[in-house]
Amino acid sequence: MIGLIILLVYVAIFIVSFLIVRFLVQKTTTDYTALKTVTFGDESAVTSNRVASVVSVLTIFLIWGSFTGSVLIPRFLHAPGPFVGETSFTYTIETPEGARDDATIFVRVMGFGEETVKFEVPPGDGIAKDDAVAMPASRSTTIIYDKNDEVTRKDGARLVAIDGETIGPDIALNTDVGRFALTEKGAITFAPPKGLQMEPIWLPPPEAVVGRVIEIANDGYRDSTLWKHLGYSLFRVIAGFFFGALLGIPLGYAMGLSNWFRGWFEPIVEFMRPVPPLALIPLVIIWFGIGETGKIILLFLASLWIMAISARAGVSGVNITKVHAAYSLGASKIQILRNVIIPNSLPEIFTGARVAMGVCWGTVVAAELVAASEGAGMMIMVASKFQLTDIVLMGIILIGVIGFGIDILMRRLENLLVPWKGRS
Amino acid sequence: MSGLSIENISMRFDLPNGSSVQALKNVSLHLKPGELMSVLGPSGCGKTTLLNIVAGFLAPTEGEIRMNGHTVTGPDAERGMVFQQGALFEWMDVRGNVSFGPRMKGENEAHWGANVDHLLDVTGLGDFKDKAIYELSGGMQQRVALARCLANDPDVILMDEPLGALDALTREKMQGLVLKLWKETGKTIILITHSVEEALLLGERLLVMAPRPGRIHKEYQLPFADMGVNADLREVKQAQGYNDTREEILEMIWDMEEEIMGRTEDQK
Repeated sequence: MIGLIILLVYVAIFIVSFLIVRFLVQKTTTDYTALKTVTFGDESAVTSNRVASVVSVLTIFLIWGSFTGSVLIPRFLHAPGPFVGETSFTYTIETPEGARDDATIFVRVMGFGEETVKFEVPPGDGIAKDDAVAMPASRSTTIIYDKNDEVTRKDGARLVAIDGETIGPDIALNTDVGRFALTEKGAITFAPPKGLQMEPIWLPPPEAVVGRVIEIANDGYRDSTLWKHLGYSLFRVIAGFFFGALLGIPLGYAMGLSNWFRGWFEPIVEFMRPVPPLALIPLVIIWFGIGETGKIILLFLASLWIMAISARAGVSGVNITKVHAAYSLGASKIQILRNVIIPNSLPEIFTGARVAMGVCWGTVVAAELVAASEGAGMMIMVASKFQLTDIVLMGIILIGVIGFGIDILMRRLENLLVPWKGRS
Repeated sequence: MSGLSIENISMRFDLPNGSSVQALKNVSLHLKPGELMSVLGPSGCGKTTLLNIVAGFLAPTEGEIRMNGHTVTGPDAERGMVFQQGALFEWMDVRGNVSFGPRMKGENEAHWGANVDHLLDVTGLGDFKDKAIYELSGGMQQRVALARCLANDPDVILMDEPLGALDALTREKMQGLVLKLWKETGKTIILITHSVEEALLLGERLLVMAPRPGRIHKEYQLPFADMGVNADLREVKQAQGYNDTREEILEMIWDMEEEIMGRTEDQK
């Protein structure tokens, strides 16, 4: 239900912001692309709309904040919250003799994170006595309304109405106060309006996640600081990738340059390539335990095949005329390897390295989810067991940010080292 | 014997389906040092195969190539090659490409620097020596390829349609450059081309090859290359005999093409 509303809000913001930008923001540039009249079908004329990107990110935070009652979002943008505060309703009982009496139940609904404290009210007159109930927001509670009444259910009394409206075992009631129903034994189940906001246990507001980042950055979590957790994950990725590349690239070159090497390693590489590294985790744990060695070997295996295949593709991508030209200019085999094959394969190797880094990052988090004493994956795994959703969210966001950062770094490095990529 | 001898070369290779292709049959010729020979022929006549054998990239099934008295067994710096395109090294700048040969010999810059810069100037690349290859136009790239080949000082230059990918105007200018460099350096050159005009203008000797199997069909000795060294190439085209020879060769190649394709036409 809430999910559907969120989706509708999201689509509405998408359309409204599109229309606003479309009609209010004038085209200011007149570069070549902006002057094209045919844009539908011309992929090169489609550029990423910066306004859309900014609005998109803001929308996510807006919806997140709005549906969690974040203090970062102005109150009027909040989705209706659950009822919090004091409310009351009257119930009517009927004794076996046919006598009826009303009493009032005072309910104190506490906000998220507040403690429910019992309180007392004067019982009042009549057969039925007033009650006091304290409960947390967004939940339902069972009210034993007759524990202080003079005639109880054991005596044959039964509840007939709430706030004057008839209720029975098969008749549920929805009033402004909340939702009422009767349990099998005749007690009242009461749920005050839940509103549309999420409980922090499902989705904490953004400021709670930010607060956790600061807290864990300062105080640490499970014996290690946040930076130590992330550092461990990064170190494993870099070490595993380093060894994978160190062995994989020469292996790929050898497979691209020698029949024997290709024949020997092709079955192994072709078999290992489609095996997801995650499937190796159990074996690696059996062989090497849950320490650093096992993780680095797992990531080594994850990157080895990718790097070998990309290096081999790099060699086969060499235009044969370049090799012929180099031979005709008097270059030796070693010189051709160094001056023609290796530089020519760099674009492929960088593409492979980007893929391998991505796979390694994913694999290390998964491996830490399974077993580790520190690391980003371990952090969110342990937090999830204690339902610390804010830590889980924080971990996911940081893992995403770091993965994104690695990819950007690799692309920068690629532009710096292989400026001729795609231009020959 | 100095010069380049192609001695009774035959080339046949097996296809996966069991049949075999006779790409060349009994091709023999001799080039004296400093000769410029252009090779013409319809597609499939084995021109490029012949050039690859001379370069040492392919071993002939019969016969041998002799270069200054020794047998050719593989590629060597004595036989430089200029390709149609795609043979430059994008990861080096223009000067890095041109100096590739000397650098691979382990010579230091003091030794090759002046010569490389001279070649860059001659080919009109002096102002572009620090540019990346992908920043150059097609014509400039071919000038880099020429300069790179010359910087290595080979005895024979093998050109496989070096101007084939260029537009008509650039091509004409490059033809002048090839003639100029040929006269200045005195290299032996074999030039493969599809263009009859180019073969006439540049070839001191002109070889017409015929297909199936690839063989020498006719050879011409032509005066136009010598004329073109000093005169404008467009004037050369007005010279006596140019048009007649061109028509003769065009008809010859036309007939060969007819023979290949026309036959299937007739069957309709």
